[in-house]
Amino acid sequence: MNMLNSFIPALAFLFQEVEGDRWAQMRHAAANPDLSKFLVIGALLFIIGVAGVLTRRNIIVIFMSIELILNAANLNFVAFSRYLQETGSVNALAGQIFTVFVIVVAAAEAAIGLGIVIALYRNKETIWVDEIDLLKW
Amino acid sequence: MYKYIWLVPLLPLLGAAINGLLGRKLRFSEPVIGGIAVGSVALSFLISVAAVYSYGFGSNAQWPPNPYLTSQDGFSFEWIPGGAVHINHGIQSGFALLNVHWSYQLDPLSSVFMLIVTGVGLCIFIFATGYMHGEAGFYRFFAYMGLFMFSMLVLVMGSNFVMMFVGWEGVGLCSYLLIGYYFDRQEAANASRKAFITNRIGDFGFALAIFGIIATFGSAQYTQVFEQAKTFPMETIGHWGLLSWIALGLFIGACGKSAQLPLHVWLPDAMAGPTPVSALIHAATMVTAGLYMVTRTNVIFQHSQTMMLVVALVGAATAIFAATIGITQNDIKKVLAYSTVSQLGFMFMACGVGAFVIAIFHVMTHAFFKALMFLGAGSVIHGMHHEQDMRRMGGLKKYMPYTYWTFLAGWLAICGIIPFSGFWSKDEILWGAASTTQIPLGWIVWAVGTIAAICTAFYMTRLMAMTFWGRERFLEAPAGGEADEAHASAYDKGLAAHDARLPSAGDRPRHEPGEHVGPVHEDVAHHTATHGHADEHASDKGGHGHGAHIPHESPPSMWVPLVVLAVFATIGGLVGIGPAFRSVTGTEHPGGRLNIVNWLSPVIWSPATEAAGEHGSEPLAEGTHGAEAAHGPASAANGFNLAHAVESSVHSELATEWIFIVISLVAAGIGMLLGGLFYVWRPALPDIWAQRLRPLYLASYNKYWVDEFYGWAITRRTMDLARAVFAFDAKVVDGIVNGLAWLSRQFSRLVGGFDKYFVDGLVNTIAAFILRLMSPLLRAAQTGFTQNYALVMVVGLMIAVAAFFAKDIAAALRSVFAAIM
Repeated sequence: MNMLNSFIPALAFLFQEVEGDRWAQMRHAAANPDLSKFLVIGALLFIIGVAGVLTRRNIIVIFMSIELILNAANLNFVAFSRYLQETGSVNALAGQIFTVFVIVVAAAEAAIGLGIVIALYRNKETIWVDEIDLLKW
Repeated sequence: MYKYIWLVPLLPLLGAAINGLLGRKLRFSEPVIGGIAVGSVALSFLISVAAVYSYGFGSNAQWPPNPYLTSQDGFSFEWIPGGAVHINHGIQSGFALLNVHWSYQLDPLSSVFMLIVTGVGLCIFIFATGYMHGEAGFYRFFAYMGLFMFSMLVLVMGSNFVMMFVGWEGVGLCSYLLIGYYFDRQEAANASRKAFITNRIGDFGFALAIFGIIATFGSAQYTQVFEQAKTFPMETIGHWGLLSWIALGLFIGACGKSAQLPLHVWLPDAMAGPTPVSALIHAATMVTAGLYMVTRTNVIFQHSQTMMLVVALVGAATAIFAATIGITQNDIKKVLAYSTVSQLGFMFMACGVGAFVIAIFHVMTHAFFKALMFLGAGSVIHGMHHEQDMRRMGGLKKYMPYTYWTFLAGWLAICGIIPFSGFWSKDEILWGAASTTQIPLGWIVWAVGTIAAICTAFYMTRLMAMTFWGRERFLEAPAGGEADEAHASAYDKGLAAHDARLPSAGDRPRHEPGEHVGPVHEDVAHHTATHGHADEHASDKGGHGHGAHIPHESPPSMWVPLVVLAVFATIGGLVGIGPAFRSVTGTEHPGGRLNIVNWLSPVIWSPATEAAGEHGSEPLAEGTHGAEAAHGPASAANGFNLAHAVESSVHSELATEWIFIVISLVAAGIGMLLGGLFYVWRPALPDIWAQRLRPLYLASYNKYWVDEFYGWAITRRTMDLARAVFAFDAKVVDGIVNGLAWLSRQFSRLVGGFDKYFVDGLVNTIAAFILRLMSPLLRAAQTGFTQNYALVMVVGLMIAVAAFFAKDIAAALRSVFAAIM
């Protein structure tokens, strides 16, 4: 009963009434994306990344998930940059430049991280993170 | 000239400093050390003579003289700058500034002592250069001797009591150092400590008296103190006023320094020092410091009839006491030591009966003849190869002519044979005792003194007979016994020890611990080198073996001082020819200022003339010294007076005086004849009489067991006290401390147990509980898997976000519910 009580509002949220043609609205929205769309996509990417980091056992996949998280942040930066450009209140290019930095740092991180992975593999003969619990000690 | 007297003490001090500080380091040879020491004393003597001459006899000398202080010419310094002294003695009260100047005083009294100290001292210094020849501690000896001269001169030349006290302590220190010169001999070390401690007792009284003087008169300067003291009321017998107490303190000091009963015990033991020391310090100068002090303070003493009587009785008792001991002693130096004690008793006797001038006169003559006899004894000991026991001497007349003839003069002087010096002073002392009006019981003092004079003549004759006359007992084989063994041992070691005279010998006297003799001196080879007649001695020694050393005469450096002193011992008394000879000399005190009575009268206060209002107005003070005042009408107050009784029966003052002179000469004659009978003509008699009077003999031989009594009554009791205090300390004090320690130990054990079992237990229990409870939880969190940590971070992030947006989330939820419902 309790589950039902929480499930119904969610459904209601999904299927709330909208005026006009739903698809037309969706197409319009897709053609003219506002900030919220980018933020939602960024949030989705972030969640996928976090879930991947938390759940996957293969360390390479975890790396890839981390890249997702970083790119979610990049997306947010760019989106806000674009958004702020329209309002024109601050220097909107800052977000884009920051993105470039993040990409650079991500590349470096990937290089180091893969180096660590190789070193780890050479020592432990594994890339499964549940077999690596050295942090305990 | 006399403004340079400040040099007199300074020169010996300089000599002592040079010898003492540099003598060892620069390895001065004996002539250098002796030259510095003798030269400084000789210079002092010359300055003294010149100063005294210009003071008393010079063209601008005043008479009666005023005391001359070197501060008058600027030769002084403010030694103890002033403090306020509270004066409280009833007559005048208030505050005075006490400023003590270091300045020397020249007056008739100090001039006599200056001449004695430097003159006799010079002779003894010269003697010592010969006597101490070959000693490794030669420089040390002369450094101490020079220091002693300085201290003694400060004592007698100081212008105030504090300077006198400095000199007083200085001579005590030097006496200690010189008695303990052979400090590696237990006997000498003990003797020096005994002398020092006994003197401390006297110094205690002296210091108290000085404090009393300062508190009473507000000054320590003689001139000021005595000027005030003259105005004090007289204190008759039994009246213990302020001045009596001060005089008592002073006299205790004098007893210590001058070896009077009951503090005489240190002087005979002091003979452990080298013989020149005994002559200078323990016969001629230091022991007379007490006489100097009593005479210097005669104003105070004469105010107290009680103390005058005490002084006279103590002097008389000491005189007879020491003289009777002297009869039975066998050590030549011990005899002379007891003789010194006895003669000092005579001097105090003279002070006590008011004849202060005569006391100083006897100090002077005694300095001559006793220094002579001590040096003679030193010469004998030297010649006998450190033999001091008279039983092993005899017949030395043949071998030591200079020593014998000079000693003979000393013997006649001390026995009191006219015209030798001792006669004049001793006769006047006895006359003063018989005729005194200052104290009662003068006739007892006279009787005791006369008996003591007989004893003196007896034991000195015995000494002469045993040493210089009779059989040559040193030729006989050793009779065995301790003395002989020590002697033989000393002789053995003496030969071997002469290697030690090499420069590397250091400072050790060449003596063996058991040795009981004076300083070591030259070996046979040395004698051969210096004295031509030593050859046969060396060969004789081979024949006789141990204990049969042929004596030899001492070198000129030793017998020349003897001759000088002998001359003075013979004629020195002529400066004090008594009034009994006025029919011959024409005047009571012939010689003008050269007569010691006239010379010293200005410094002696006379209560009789004071009463008559004549004080200070009599030039040349004819016949007004203390003893002469006896003929005044005041005599009736003091009971029986021997001289008056005799005079009233013969009706002639001159005849009375002559009667006493004859008695004194007869006493001396009896003593000498008895001595001759016992030790020259009938040598068996001493043993017979020693048997007949065995208790008396033993008492005398054992010195009346005074040392034993002191040992029992003072030393042992002190030790008992110390033991009791130690026991108290060990048992009670330590017990309390240890008990407290035990208590705190128990308490701490208790506290420790509580801490260990209760507090620690509690803490451990709680800690263990918490640990067991929490550790699985915390351990479980530490998986080591990165993903777990990341999960925690994400969950935490979510919670943080949720908390941050709690309101918005709640609002959103509400709107959703609202939409649904």
